[in-house]
Amino acid sequence: MLNFFQLIIIYAGIYALMAIGQNCITGNTGMLSLCHAGFYCIGSYVTAIICKTMGLPFWFSLPVAAVAAGLVGFLIGVPTLRLKGDYLCIATLGLGEIIRNIATNVNPVGINSVPRAALFGYQFSSRNKLTFILLIWFFVMIAYVLFRQLAHSRIGRAMIAVREDEVAAQSNGINVTKYKIGAFTLGAAIGGVAGCFATAYTLTVSPGSYTFMVSVMVLCMVVLGGMGNLKGVILGAFIIEFISYFPQLVGLSSVIPAQASQVLYGLVLVIMMICRPQGILGRDRYRYGSQVKKGARKAAGAKEA
Amino acid sequence: MDTLVQYLQYLVNGLTLGAIYALIALGYTMVYGILKFINFAHGDILMIGAYTGLFTYTALLGESTNAAWMLIAFFIAMLVSMAFCALLGMFIERVAYKPLRNANRLAPLLSAIGVSFILSNGAAWLFGAQSRRFPYPFDDTPIMLGGISITPHQILTVVVSVIMMVVLTLFVNRSRMGKAMRATSLDQATSELMGIDVNRIISMTFAIGSALAAVGGILSAFDFRVYASMGTMTGLKAFVAAVIGGIGNIQGAMLGGVILGVLESIGAPLLHIPSALKDTIAFAVLIVILLVKPDGILGKNEREKV
Repeated sequence: MLNFFQLIIIYAGIYALMAIGQNCITGNTGMLSLCHAGFYCIGSYVTAIICKTMGLPFWFSLPVAAVAAGLVGFLIGVPTLRLKGDYLCIATLGLGEIIRNIATNVNPVGINSVPRAALFGYQFSSRNKLTFILLIWFFVMIAYVLFRQLAHSRIGRAMIAVREDEVAAQSNGINVTKYKIGAFTLGAAIGGVAGCFATAYTLTVSPGSYTFMVSVMVLCMVVLGGMGNLKGVILGAFIIEFISYFPQLVGLSSVIPAQASQVLYGLVLVIMMICRPQGILGRDRYRYGSQVKKGARKAAGAKEA
Repeated sequence: MDTLVQYLQYLVNGLTLGAIYALIALGYTMVYGILKFINFAHGDILMIGAYTGLFTYTALLGESTNAAWMLIAFFIAMLVSMAFCALLGMFIERVAYKPLRNANRLAPLLSAIGVSFILSNGAAWLFGAQSRRFPYPFDDTPIMLGGISITPHQILTVVVSVIMMVVLTLFVNRSRMGKAMRATSLDQATSELMGIDVNRIISMTFAIGSALAAVGGILSAFDFRVYASMGTMTGLKAFVAAVIGGIGNIQGAMLGGVILGVLESIGAPLLHIPSALKDTIAFAVLIVILLVKPDGILGKNEREKV
């Protein structure tokens, strides 16, 4: 019971990192991307290769994983971010699948027994979950502070301007493409960091674990918690992980199959969208926004008439 | 010469696959045409269709081995599955998408992902994780045509798909209901003013799309077996097909499906890459199309208004 609770906290931390990255892309800048599993995959593989094949320490792999994922995000972003809305969603979805597909074909069996991460001679073992919780949540906190500062900075306000209205942002002198690519690269990089920690915890990498569903789960965390709200996003990661591990937590995993919790998760998503589409901690900006839009539509209608 | 025969064989296989993609792509494209949203649950409806078809078929068949009855039972099973999926599609629309029609664009998309989770995991829960074979309702000995082998189930797939597409085209272009559907996809508000019951049209669109997905599910089950997550990849690729042809365009979906099927079948041997990478080809084609002509091959180039 306690064991599973700790497991949930660890995975919530790993996913919270990814969700923070997704939030930077979707919540702040308003781009609907569905390829975080791809960045996660790159981060995991980079860590596994650096620690196992090259024999270098974990702390060296952490920045490399972030840079590698960020670089891929940048390379993906330059051509695809010209696309908007649903089209961007499909293109990124395709790219995520391509990354997984290549990983599956290049390395179908995965990488096993990656060396443990160590700090001043102390090894982070998956047996001692408590220290791992401290490690991962330390980095979640760092990411939280950094991204909160970013959101409140000039750059963050420019990203929000891009989300709210691209044309208006552009006419105010904001280089829309630059901010879009920047946000995408940052979001991708932190996805790579999440992959790095996932490898450090499980010590294995297998290409089967980076499916489209991972990207969807990350997006759901962001939407469930409240887009653009970092606290909400972390809360979303907790809730989704909690639902995923609920049967094990209450010790009924033999009675309730894993699929049941996934069904529950789907139900939560549908009900959430119908009852509170802005997320749990999301700002209730739709009420205000819809009034503005209604007014704008009236004005446009008057002009057309 | 040998290679020519080989490539013709790939072409035949690709056309069969493409026919299935086209059937499924129609559902995506029709819904997108009217509601402008990606119905992520469409792939799972095709899985439900395959299960319904399989269960009805085995129940009808019982112990019988009569060749004629096998074929009749198969078609009855297909009709039952179409009807069931049509109702399911309408139900899902009513419960999960209709309340969100005026919400922001992300909401119905995520609701659809939720429905997709419920369907695929619910099926895995109820029917088990192992895949099932869909028995051929006839003797599936390949017919050899100058070195190219064509199996009867491939012929069945193509014939059924073509009939479905012809019926759909006639329905959309000639019937009153079809006219109302076209009007709704052009301008929902104006259609409503012209006395069209838009809610009924949307329900109808989901019903037709889901029924076609059921047929696609049953036909694809011959090659890929029946299992709970069978709809995910096939659904995604059918969606790619819809985008290639020009999303929202019915002829485009048919064309896109066939193009994607053929590319997938011929692409890997042509480029000398392992056939396991054929999914990559599909998505690479998607990205190229999106970058070069985002509205697809037959799509209209709509400029965004400021």
